[in-house]
Amino acid sequence: MALSIARVEQVAMLAQLALTEAEREQVTGQLNAVLAEADRLQALDTTGVPPMIYGLPLRNVFREDGVEPSMAREQILANAPVAEDGFFRVPRILLDD
Amino acid sequence: MNDLHTKTAHELHGLLGKKAISATELTRALIERNQAAEPLVQAFITPTPEIALAEATRVDARLHAGEPVTPLAGVPLAYKDNICTAGVRTTCASKMLANFVPPYDATAVAKLKATGAVMLGKLNMDEFALGASTENSAFFPSRNPWDRNRVPGGSSGGAAAAVAAGEVVYALGSDTGGSVRQPAAFCGIVGLKPTYGAVSRYGVVSVASSLDQVGTLTRDVRDCALVLNAICGQDPLDSTSAPVEHPDYTALLGQPVTGWRIGIPKEYLGAELDPQVRAILENAVKVLTGLGAEVAECSLPHTEYSLPVYSLITAAEVSSNLARYDGVRFGLRVEEADLETMFRKTRAAGFGPEVKRRILLGTHILSAGYYEAYYLEALKVRTLIRRDFDQVFRRFDLLLSPTSPTVAFKFGERSTDTLETDRSGVYTLAANLAGIPAISVNGGFAAGLPVGVQFMGKPFAEPQLLQVAYAFEQATQGHRPLPDLGV
Repeated sequence: MALSIARVEQVAMLAQLALTEAEREQVTGQLNAVLAEADRLQALDTTGVPPMIYGLPLRNVFREDGVEPSMAREQILANAPVAEDGFFRVPRILLDD
Repeated sequence: MNDLHTKTAHELHGLLGKKAISATELTRALIERNQAAEPLVQAFITPTPEIALAEATRVDARLHAGEPVTPLAGVPLAYKDNICTAGVRTTCASKMLANFVPPYDATAVAKLKATGAVMLGKLNMDEFALGASTENSAFFPSRNPWDRNRVPGGSSGGAAAAVAAGEVVYALGSDTGGSVRQPAAFCGIVGLKPTYGAVSRYGVVSVASSLDQVGTLTRDVRDCALVLNAICGQDPLDSTSAPVEHPDYTALLGQPVTGWRIGIPKEYLGAELDPQVRAILENAVKVLTGLGAEVAECSLPHTEYSLPVYSLITAAEVSSNLARYDGVRFGLRVEEADLETMFRKTRAAGFGPEVKRRILLGTHILSAGYYEAYYLEALKVRTLIRRDFDQVFRRFDLLLSPTSPTVAFKFGERSTDTLETDRSGVYTLAANLAGIPAISVNGGFAAGLPVGVQFMGKPFAEPQLLQVAYAFEQATQGHRPLPDLGV
C-alpha cells in the first residue's frame, strides 16, 4: 500500500514534525521502498499466530509500594530549555477568548 | 611501557596487581594515545580525561593500601553516547540532545563505576542509534582505523573504532539490530549482544525498547566475559531485565567444544554475501571442525521476512519513544509563540533525516487502518522467526554465520536511509527479534580489512557462546589484531 505525499503530510502532522516540501517528496519515496518490502508479509498465513511483543516471555513485575528518594527538582529542571519558579515554562496554551 | 594501549583488560589487571604500572600511568598513557589517534579516527564526541584521572587516582589509593580490586578496576573505557552518565553530556549524536546532561547514571555505568572503572569519555554513533556507519551522526562520522576511507560500521561505530585504535581498552554500546556486532566485525574486535533482559537498559536512551540491549566491545573474548560479569543482572529500575541467576561468564573459557553441533543457516549464505566473506566463513568451519565440532547446514525459513519485520517494529517503537522530544522538559527548543508550532519546529530542527523517516513510518503504521496490516502482522511474523530459532536449537547447540554480508564500506558508498541501513543488518537483526544472544569475533582478513563471524545461541546461552568464541579465537590467533595508524 503505497503512500501519497498528502498522506505523508497528514502523518507528519500526527507526529508533530514540520517538513519542508522537498523533505516530503523525498521521504515519500523512501518510505514507499520500505513499505514495498513490508507488503511481502501479506503472503504469509499468520492465522492463529500470537503476536510477539517482547524479546522474552516476561510478565508484569510487581513490588511493594514503598517510598524511596527521588531526584531533586532542581536537578531535573537543570535540563529544561526554560524553567521558572520550579516549573517548566511553555508558550501560552489558553487564549483570552 | 609504550604499548599499554595494545593490551587487554585482563593483561592490564595483571600488571596493575603486581604494581608494574599504576592506574594513573595507564590512564595517562591512554590519554596520550587518544591525543595522537583522535585526529585520525574521530571516535569521541566528549572526551573526559579529568574524570578518568580522578577515577584512576582512587583506584591507585586502593592498590597502594593493598586492598583487593576487581578485574576491571583502573582499566579505561568509554561509553556510546546514548548511555547516560551523570554530569557528563549524553547527546545520542543528535542536535536534539547536544546539551543534555543526565542527572543520573545508567545502571550499567553505575555498576562499572562501583568496580573502579575509569571513564575516558563518550563515543560517536549514528543519531539515536539509527544507522550502520556513523554517517548519520549529527556531528561527524568516525573512521575505520583499518582504512580511514571506510566507515567503522554502526551504530556503535565510535565505540568499535576507539577499541580497535587502542584509544580505550573496551567500550559499552547498544545493539538494536546489530549495532554492536556489525561495527565490531568491521573493526576486527569482539562484539556481544547479550540475551534480551540480561543487562539493564535503565539509563540507555530508548530507541526500540523490545529490541534494544546493552552490548560489549572488547579486544578479546576473555575481556568480553569480564565486562559481561560486571554489567549483567536484574535491575529494579528496568522491568524487562530478567530474573535469572548469572554464572561467572569466564568459567567455561578454555573448555573444549568437542562434539558440539553447530548449524549454519543456509538463508545466511544468499546472493548478498561477498565471496571474500564467504571464504572467511568457510575457513571458520574448518577451524571449528578441527576443534571437534560438527558443523552442518540448517534452515531458518522465515529469514527473508526478518528485514521488513525489523523495519516495521523499530519504526513503531521509535515513533512512540521519540515522542518525548518536544522542547518542554529537556533537549532542544525552538521558541515559538504557540505550543504546537514549537513542537513541530523543535522536532524539525532537532532530528536528522533518518530519525524523521523512522518516526513518520512508525506513526503511519500505528494509525487506524494500518495497524493490523503492518504492525500487528510484523509482531506475528516475529513469533514465526522466534519459532524458527526454537526449532533449530533442538538440533544444534549454536549457529554460525557471517556477521555482515560485506567488509566495511567506503564513506558515501551506500544510502543511509532506512531500507539500506536495515539491509546491512540482514544477518544480525534476527537475533534481536528473537531476543537471543549473539557474538561477533574476528574471523580473519580480506584485502587488509577484518571480517567478522557470528555465533548465535539460545536465550541465556552466553557461557556456551563465549566458550566457542574463545576456542575459535585461540585456534585462529585472530584476536587482537591492531591496525597501524602510524602514530
